[in-house]
Amino acid sequence: MSVWWLIVLCGVVTFAIRLSFIAAEGKVTFPPGFRRLLTFVPVATLTALVIPDLLMPQGTWWLAWDNARLIAGLAAVAIAATTRSVLWTLAGGFVVLGVWS
Amino acid sequence: MHPQTSLSPIDRPPLSAFQEFQAGLLGVAPLLIGVIPFGMIYGALALSQGLSPAAALAMSSILFAGSAQFLFCQLFGAGAPALVTVAEVSLLNLRHALYSAALAPHIAQLPRRWKLALAYLLTDEAYATIARREASGEACGPYRHWFYLGAGLGLWGSWQLSTALGVLLGARLPTDWPLDFALPLTFIAIVVPLIRNRTMLAVAAVSGIAALLLAGLSFKLGLLVAALAGMAVGWRLAGSAA
Repeated sequence: MSVWWLIVLCGVVTFAIRLSFIAAEGKVTFPPGFRRLLTFVPVATLTALVIPDLLMPQGTWWLAWDNARLIAGLAAVAIAATTRSVLWTLAGGFVVLGVWS
Repeated sequence: MHPQTSLSPIDRPPLSAFQEFQAGLLGVAPLLIGVIPFGMIYGALALSQGLSPAAALAMSSILFAGSAQFLFCQLFGAGAPALVTVAEVSLLNLRHALYSAALAPHIAQLPRRWKLALAYLLTDEAYATIARREASGEACGPYRHWFYLGAGLGLWGSWQLSTALGVLLGARLPTDWPLDFALPLTFIAIVVPLIRNRTMLAVAAVSGIAALLLAGLSFKLGLLVAALAGMAVGWRLAGSAA
């Protein structure tokens, strides 16, 4: 398959996901369990994406104090929990990464 | 005219369409600090993984999903089968269905072209901006869909421009700048506030641990399995609590 078809296919699926509930509003009722399952999707997918970035930045385990990404990531978790601000989390995370490495 | 010291949202004259649009642009602006470096790295990454500049730019407008575009490039570079790429991109973008469900009642009365446009522009950042506005109680004006459009287009424009800049600069971007760290930091900022109970904490723990244990699988299939495992645990825990 050419890369162009692959891009278009991924784009169509993504657009369909984004349109799903907007288009179905008032026309289709989803089973309540489906909505419940969806509430876990952001935490499940994004955590699975981020955790290896912090603990295996080079592809192998790096659980040590000199792993600046791990320390900056932990700091970002603390900042996000207290401020709930994307801006402060980014700023704080980058500052800790810069200072630590 | 009598003096009014504090105006409740109901007393205040409704914002015009243009004011709403401006407010949307301003609302998304702080998030661009994470988006712009991310877009530049995406552009450079796409070229380094063998995509043409045209394909890299087209993906930013066709797919318009930063993390999924990153994943796409990594899978493309690794020679992953098309089915694996589509499955992983779909799962990673499945969270947008949640945003779609949250936005749907607010735009139910709009014409179809508005629904299509707002669905296309629905991203983590646009949704975060809209959700913040809704929570502030200022979102009751008749033109509030212009706020959504402002937030969505502000992000769209920045993403296209920063992507183009990344493609243009390509290998000339300094590799010792850890700009790619904007990706995990942005996701930490999105995920942490969502973890408000034990069930969500369990979902995060299972997904994170599974992702680490399965990191060795080829084509990042560990991401797919780990996310599904986290969702299954959440489903099970929430089901037994209900």
